[in-house]
Amino acid sequence: MWDYTDKVLDHFRNPRNVGTIKDADGTGEVGSMACGDALKLTFKLDKNRRIADVKFQTFGCASAIASSSALTEIIKGMTIDEAVGVTNQDIADYLGGLPEQKMHCSVMGREALETAIENYRTGKDTKKILDGKVVCTCFGVTEEEIKRVVNDNNLKSVEEVTNYCKAGGGCGHCKPDIERIITEIQNAKTDEEPASPRKMTILEKIRLIEETIKREIRPVLKKDGGDIELIDVQGNRVLISFRGMCAKCNVAPFTMKDVVEAKLHEFVSKDIVVEESEK
Amino acid sequence: MKTVYLDNNATTQVAPEVLDAMLPFFTELWGNPSSMHRFGGQVAKHIAGAREKVAALIGADPSEIVFTSCGTESDNTAIRGSVEINGFKRIITSRVEHPAVLAPCRYLKDLGSDFVEIDVDSSGRINMDSLQKALSDGPAFVTMMWANNETGVMFPIKEITEMAKSAGGVMHTDAVQAVGKIPVDVMETPVDTLTLSGHKIHAPKGIGALYIRKGTKVRPFMLGGHQENSRRAGTENVPYIIGLGKACELAAEHLKDMKRVARLRDKLEKGLLSSCPSTSVNGDQVNRVPNTTNISFQFIEGEAILYHLSDLGIAASSGSACTSGSLEPSHVIRAMGVPFTSAHGSIRFSLSRYTTEEEIDYVINKMPGIVRKLRDLSPFT
Repeated sequence: MWDYTDKVLDHFRNPRNVGTIKDADGTGEVGSMACGDALKLTFKLDKNRRIADVKFQTFGCASAIASSSALTEIIKGMTIDEAVGVTNQDIADYLGGLPEQKMHCSVMGREALETAIENYRTGKDTKKILDGKVVCTCFGVTEEEIKRVVNDNNLKSVEEVTNYCKAGGGCGHCKPDIERIITEIQNAKTDEEPASPRKMTILEKIRLIEETIKREIRPVLKKDGGDIELIDVQGNRVLISFRGMCAKCNVAPFTMKDVVEAKLHEFVSKDIVVEESEK
Repeated sequence: MKTVYLDNNATTQVAPEVLDAMLPFFTELWGNPSSMHRFGGQVAKHIAGAREKVAALIGADPSEIVFTSCGTESDNTAIRGSVEINGFKRIITSRVEHPAVLAPCRYLKDLGSDFVEIDVDSSGRINMDSLQKALSDGPAFVTMMWANNETGVMFPIKEITEMAKSAGGVMHTDAVQAVGKIPVDVMETPVDTLTLSGHKIHAPKGIGALYIRKGTKVRPFMLGGHQENSRRAGTENVPYIIGLGKACELAAEHLKDMKRVARLRDKLEKGLLSSCPSTSVNGDQVNRVPNTTNISFQFIEGEAILYHLSDLGIAASSGSACTSGSLEPSHVIRAMGVPFTSAHGSIRFSLSRYTTEEEIDYVINKMPGIVRKLRDLSPFT
């Protein structure tokens, strides 16, 4: 038997927040029957845009059920910005820890949450879309996802990566690729670490903002026929202007907060405040 | 809470008679059977008695029985010892063998042997055409399990043995899951080597035997002393050998009980299939050992089922990924092509002569609630 904590067993035996919310604000579905576990997460926001209600359905083992149940308890009452910051480690910690080989259950929770938030922000794709190059074809795990678990959890071996996201757990042909990804990330880390964080120059900041808009923000808006233009950068104040459908959209203020600002926080700086330009 | 133990293909309870037979060999008769004094030497005749009982259970001559530490050691000895000494370049086995067989075969493959794994159909039956074809390429070492540990499906070992031997090969069978459940007779089914294990037939863990037909060359695995007629070195594990002898004697006596076990197994199977929708039996229900059933519960996962069963005192096992120690369902279930929708929720119940009707009724009564609870949680229902 697995060495599950009492909290894991409690959430397995008495799962909280089971079911689906009709007319949910966000829905995220990850995993599949073939993968051996799957999770559907739905949430509804209150008028203050906090997660008022959240429900889950899970196909999987005891720790998959417990991780899903824990996730719902963790994010209830959070704002979207707060929920974005929930990591798989938060889920494992909430349960008093998970066996190493079961960490992928906590990662599945985090992925479902991200997918549901993305669905809320863009109104599209309740299912997780495989973005980028698939490394593990047995379990459909992309290079991005592997990088993510390696970075988030400071993983150092292929075996750990398999425990966290299943990649490499099937035929094993992708193990050299996983090894390469780990080496790249760990090498980059050792390169970075000695240098103390340097303040970005305003020019670097503008470039990074432009790149982030191009890579992360514009594609999301374009799906709805919208667009965005960078007007000015004054310290941490970023002035933008919506174009196309976004200009007329009455949920634009939400898009501003939950897409534009969130992405710039993630990729540029936490201190950035985005405002819509009058021009 | 009372334990309802339905995991007898994993291990069995030690029969009280077996324990009683063993105890004097810890307390009084603890001498070394190889000694040149009566205190030790008298133990040798008890070992000889145990050897006779093991031989009698499978229709062998006592001189053809070698005591080992477990089924895995017997399989390793038979496979590596025979392939190496006979110089076979080809090894033929099935895709659904126990790891104790597959791992030594793959080891020999890495050393340069040809290695053919014969496929099975959706009922777990061996593909005899593929086997015939593989055998037509010249003499080979063939190893096929008599009964499958996960599904209970039996291979036609007699027919396979005849095919292997007429092609000039040597035939080994892992009969760990067959011995004690069905009549196994090496005169009737002329295999060259056969593995049996103590703890599957109500002897303790840590004792097994390898049958080696007279005239069959097998290089010893353990080197050292002259014990076991120089076929397995190491001072004899006397109490456990005595225990295995007693267990084999009891198994022969109780073979007739297997009809009752089969009836209980069938009752369990029918009961679960009729009370739980979207369930199906994995494996050939005709050629199957009497104590095993493997049932898939769709849309739910095996480990979760086992934990709920365990909370109710019921012990079973699963071929699901989470319990197989890997991320994929068991190789047996996959080899049979069972769809993933069913594979992850496969549960094996394996009975013994100690299983009671009351216990079976208890499981039939409790299972629907567990299935319902987990399906209520599942996004696929």
